[in-house]
Amino acid sequence: MATYGSVRPDVSEANRRAVETFARRHRYRPLEALPWASALLVYALVPTYLPLGAQVLTTILFALSADLVLGYAGIITLGQAAFFGTGAYTAGILAAHGWGEPITGMLAGGAVAALVGLVSGLVVLRTTGLALLMQTLVVASLLYAAANKASFITGGDDGLSGMHVWPIFGIFPFDLYGRTAYVYCLVVVFVCWWLTRRLVHSPFGRSLTGIRENVLRMNALGAPVMRRQLIVYTISAALAGIAGALLAQTTQFVDLNVLSLDRSGTVLIMLILGGVGRLYGAFVGVPLYMIAQNAFSAIDPVYWYFWIGLLMVLVVLFARGGVLGLFDRLVDRLRLRWQ
Amino acid sequence: MSAPALETRALSKSFGGLRVADAIDFRLEVGARHALIGPNGAGKTSFVNLVTGALSPSAGRILIAGNDVTDLPQAARVKRGLARTFQITALFRRLSALENVTLAVAERDGVAGDLARPAGRHRRIIGEAYALLEMLGLAEDALRSVDTLAYGRQRLVEIAVALGLAPKVLLLDEPAAGVPSSETHLVAEVVERLPLDIAVLFIDHDMDLVFRLAKRITVLVEGRILVEGQPAAIAADPRVRRVYLGERNRR
Repeated sequence: MATYGSVRPDVSEANRRAVETFARRHRYRPLEALPWASALLVYALVPTYLPLGAQVLTTILFALSADLVLGYAGIITLGQAAFFGTGAYTAGILAAHGWGEPITGMLAGGAVAALVGLVSGLVVLRTTGLALLMQTLVVASLLYAAANKASFITGGDDGLSGMHVWPIFGIFPFDLYGRTAYVYCLVVVFVCWWLTRRLVHSPFGRSLTGIRENVLRMNALGAPVMRRQLIVYTISAALAGIAGALLAQTTQFVDLNVLSLDRSGTVLIMLILGGVGRLYGAFVGVPLYMIAQNAFSAIDPVYWYFWIGLLMVLVVLFARGGVLGLFDRLVDRLRLRWQ
Repeated sequence: MSAPALETRALSKSFGGLRVADAIDFRLEVGARHALIGPNGAGKTSFVNLVTGALSPSAGRILIAGNDVTDLPQAARVKRGLARTFQITALFRRLSALENVTLAVAERDGVAGDLARPAGRHRRIIGEAYALLEMLGLAEDALRSVDTLAYGRQRLVEIAVALGLAPKVLLLDEPAAGVPSSETHLVAEVVERLPLDIAVLFIDHDMDLVFRLAKRITVLVEGRILVEGQPAAIAADPRVRRVYLGERNRR
């Protein structure tokens, strides 16, 4: 059995090609250009939707940050809004107190969120399962309460107003039509996506998948599991923080909603709709959720959330892996038919 | 050559009143093919867990190649060349066989913390993982996800993952457990073909397999070493027949 190669030379050749495929998984495929081409088309064709478009983009980045911890590292979290909100308030408070430079403000939002991720991760990641879930929830709730209490900086219930965001590079002011905001968000989200994509295809990213699939075995392989989880938790927090900062800067307003449990939950629903652990679940799930929300609330303004819930139940029952999972199965079936 | 690959000195572990390891003095020589047998509940798996660091001992010392590792965590012992397989297959089930082994090789090689370069660029890692699969006759299954493989093949992947760590000491916890008897010879052949610089300690209930592979056998009963010696001596020992083989006959 060890000499398949000599008996059937074609098999050995097939194996070599298989290894080649394995080693090329990080290469870009044409389909991956689709979200970005769509985003550019939106800019060119439907300029009236740019403010909404910018919001969709920031939410995609937020969902991407959740995918990194949940989909890749298998860390179940209900507190992702903690980092989103931290980023939003950081950028917002800076802009309201005389530092309206957007790029450094955005990076500051990411950095402070990363710090919150690192410190809370040191505590939270010592637990697993339900305990972990509850602790992430607690972190978000604590921050929510703190932001509410500290109304002298955050504006509390009324929200933080008086933000003044400067033009990008001192050249491109944020205009009324949201053109600058849209392009700014698009560029930042693209860079963040590119970095995330690199991360998940790196050996570190692959080892996260190992941790998700079997922690026991990763420990037996001598992997520093806790350290890896902490690193990815921190990175994810930074991404969420950047998303929050973008929202704050482009809407020039921050309120307590950015830290709400509702936001942590909704982002998971969006992600599950699109497909968890696939990098593109966010790009499919977020627009889908927003379109569904729009359509359902037009049909049924009072009970629209019921229909979202029903959609969710259907996805969980019949479309494990979300829309992208469904798509994969469809492609597989077509391929079988063609062969 | 004087220090054994693995040694325990008066290794003990109690869970409340239950002594799962009772002053075990054990030596696994370099290049050994050593079997640890004993009736159910004798403490064999607990012994493996103590040695790997999954359990911490109540008393006693553990040495790898003469170095005391008793106070080192599991990961540090792996770095010193200690690898194990699990009685119940513990693989990354939804990942391919090649990915399973690649993760192990990357961990050992220290590239697993690399955040920047694509994993696919680490050709050496993938090549080494693939060579291991080939050696165990698993090349055909390299890209198939592990949960689609027959259980016997999964057991081989389990061994391949451990070998990916390039161990000096390999602990095989019932490598043929759950494998249909028609396929146990696959596991046996793999163990027979392991390089001689790896010291192998394996646990199994399958006496045919034990006597086929082992050059030396230790019999563990109620957390204590009952007797240790050459296979022929063990087979002839009346105490072993009474405690161990007797139990088998009753079953």
